[in-house]
Amino acid sequence: MSVADSSANPMPAKARRGRTIWSSFIKIRELNVLAALLVIGALISFATPYFLTVDNLMGVSRSFSLTAIMAIGMVLVIITGGIDLSVGSVMGLASLITALCFDQGMSMPVAISAGLGVGVVFGGFNGVLITVIGLPPFIATLGTLSIGRGMMYMITHGVPLTPDVPDAFVEIGQGYLGVIPIPVVLLIVLTVIFSIIMRQTRFGRHVYATGGNEHAARLSGVKTDRIKLYVYMLSGLISAFAGVISFSRYLSAEPASGFGAELNVIAAAAIGGASLAGGIGSVEGAVIGAALAGIIANGVVLMNIDTYAQQAITGAVIIIAVSLDVLRTKFRR
Amino acid sequence: MVPFLEMHNISKTFPGVKALNHVDLKLYAGEVHAIAGENGAGKSTLMKIMTGVFKADPGGTISIEGEPVEIRDPIHARSLGISIIYQELSMVENLNIAENIFLGNEPLNRAGFVDYRRMNAKASQVLAQLDLDIDPKTKVSELSIGQKQMIEIAKAISYDSRIIVMDEPTASLSQHETETLINLIHALRARNIGIVYISHRLEEIFEIADHVTILRDGVSVDSLKIEAVTRDILVRKMVDRELSELYGDHHSHATDTVVLSTRNLTLKRPSLHGARVRDIQFDLHKGEILGFFGLIGSGRTEIMEMIFGIREYTGHIRINDRPADIRDPGTAIRLGIGFVTEDRKGQGLVLDMTVRENFSLTHLKQYCSATFINSAKEGARCEDFVKTLGIKTPSIEQKVVNLSGGNQQKVAIAKWVARRPQILIVDEPTRGIDVGAKAEVHALLEELASQGMAIIVVSSDLPEIIAISDRVIVIKEGRIGGILSREEAGEEQIMQVATG
Repeated sequence: MSVADSSANPMPAKARRGRTIWSSFIKIRELNVLAALLVIGALISFATPYFLTVDNLMGVSRSFSLTAIMAIGMVLVIITGGIDLSVGSVMGLASLITALCFDQGMSMPVAISAGLGVGVVFGGFNGVLITVIGLPPFIATLGTLSIGRGMMYMITHGVPLTPDVPDAFVEIGQGYLGVIPIPVVLLIVLTVIFSIIMRQTRFGRHVYATGGNEHAARLSGVKTDRIKLYVYMLSGLISAFAGVISFSRYLSAEPASGFGAELNVIAAAAIGGASLAGGIGSVEGAVIGAALAGIIANGVVLMNIDTYAQQAITGAVIIIAVSLDVLRTKFRR
Repeated sequence: MVPFLEMHNISKTFPGVKALNHVDLKLYAGEVHAIAGENGAGKSTLMKIMTGVFKADPGGTISIEGEPVEIRDPIHARSLGISIIYQELSMVENLNIAENIFLGNEPLNRAGFVDYRRMNAKASQVLAQLDLDIDPKTKVSELSIGQKQMIEIAKAISYDSRIIVMDEPTASLSQHETETLINLIHALRARNIGIVYISHRLEEIFEIADHVTILRDGVSVDSLKIEAVTRDILVRKMVDRELSELYGDHHSHATDTVVLSTRNLTLKRPSLHGARVRDIQFDLHKGEILGFFGLIGSGRTEIMEMIFGIREYTGHIRINDRPADIRDPGTAIRLGIGFVTEDRKGQGLVLDMTVRENFSLTHLKQYCSATFINSAKEGARCEDFVKTLGIKTPSIEQKVVNLSGGNQQKVAIAKWVARRPQILIVDEPTRGIDVGAKAEVHALLEELASQGMAIIVVSSDLPEIIAISDRVIVIKEGRIGGILSREEAGEEQIMQVATG
């Protein structure tokens, strides 16, 4: 055992003591993605002068902000070892319900609450299917994905809904705080709040424990089923919030709104270092992952690369990012 | 006569541990050769070398029918005629018997597809040889554990094995299934197949073995014809050793106050493989260290899992003289019970979390104001425990997956001790950890008892149980076989109760 002891401590003495603010605030995994983000950003800015302008950067941020917001909820679910495929549908349905409320002449608080309510109901339903009935998360949320999408077509009959809305509502999706678009401001606020929740609260700790080793967590007194229910509800709520922002931005609730968004959202979490096996991942990582994908998309456009290639490039980035992560852990052993 | 298999001068060194030390073993065809020894004596290591899972240290030789061989891996061992049936059976539950027997070895027709007709016919043949009246198309998941074992044996026969190693084959079998197995072993012997038989149940060894080799602490103590041994001699050869000074003096801190008592505690839904635990009745006192000893599969862990709300039970549990209805671990924890599980990696720790996070998981609330964790408070408390228990870790921010087994175990204990439970259950507290750490864990348990904690220690390590327990409860086949006072609890007495 003494041999095992010495070999088990690969950390050099300096690193032990020097738990700097950086390493405690952003773990090494996130630093990798952040570095990738900066490198790719630098490459694009060499290739085109239009990238590194305030206007362009703000535009890019606004365009990835919805994916990034949903990635915050997704990464919570993924950390518990689950998956939520219903986020795109929930986002679309929430935007539609909000639009429907305005269409019926309801007030802004009612319309927004109704939209957010959709998320809570869908998330809660996912959570109950998974914890009470015991469905695998993939199946449960695949089902609710279809249900949500189906409801959207039933309500709209395929026709977009474009009701009149109050000016204040338009601000949510289209307004600015200084030079920063409001959706980006909301993204930053949510990132900070959930980052603190995951690091500093009992709930956050329990989320990690549930995904890291559900059995051990339960035997330590963690109510793992309740934790899982909560993260699905949060994921639903956050996706619905993205839906409300989306409606405010386009002022049109399309039946296909949010279609396929789950893939981008899951990709963002994975690029950001979340492990689909659970227990590992972070809110900041997921947001940076979404930013990385967004910047690549923007670079493709600015550099006049065939936009059809964009998806293929994003796919390659996912594979490279996660491969590096996997290889890193493999060689460390 | 040349032995079928001869192992000569076999040693095996693991980091820091010499598991086997110059062991010799000769196996003859048509002989049942029992290997006896306590847990950790080196039986499994020897079998793993025989079947190619481990390589012996240089200097050891293995020969088959006089020819030296190097066994590369388990598949190579099988092709040399050596098969092993592990305690945990390895079958694909969703396939049928024939498919399992010929898994990876399927007879093919000319087109390259599996020839099911031939496979089923061959399977029927093998089953008939064993006098087993089962349709080879039966799904394995429908079989009892005993039947599955028979299928494993059938599989070994289908490979034309000359030696079949059976590791604790009766540990989870009923009386009737055990008899069937013993008959089968007689039949295999008659067909000139050699059997290596590992068992804790001494009466079985006397019933079927021709020869017995006794291992103790990695050394072959003796190898004798069964006629030359009595049960007493065998037990003495197995356990004879100085109880090392490591264990120190024992002081009892037991009081008269009963904190936990069980009446007619019976497992509601015993698993197919597990023991049928029933009528468990005992009292645990404040300040007492109560030892639970039992062989593998006897049901000791199941008893603890009932008390901790992991398994459903019938009967009564009283805590502090009040009836307790324990339906889940949360309830047990609220009632002041802590449970350090046997399987620390699977159930005890979240390996990807840090020492600090694992430590506080049982009592995180103590460091929280509102819902926010006070990391400084949490860290300070954790540092205290790391120091007191001598947990060797570069920092409390280290992930526990990087710690050695002994240090992981200390974290698993610390997380409960810090919660100050009234009753602490520790299941195999020192399995797989080195001698020094073992003594430290024992000292810690005694210290806690002196402070009034009531402690249950479940262990299959006899010297450990004897050294630290105020009383010993011996579990045998799901029931209490006997409750021994400290004065009565010698190694031989405990073994007599557990195996008799």
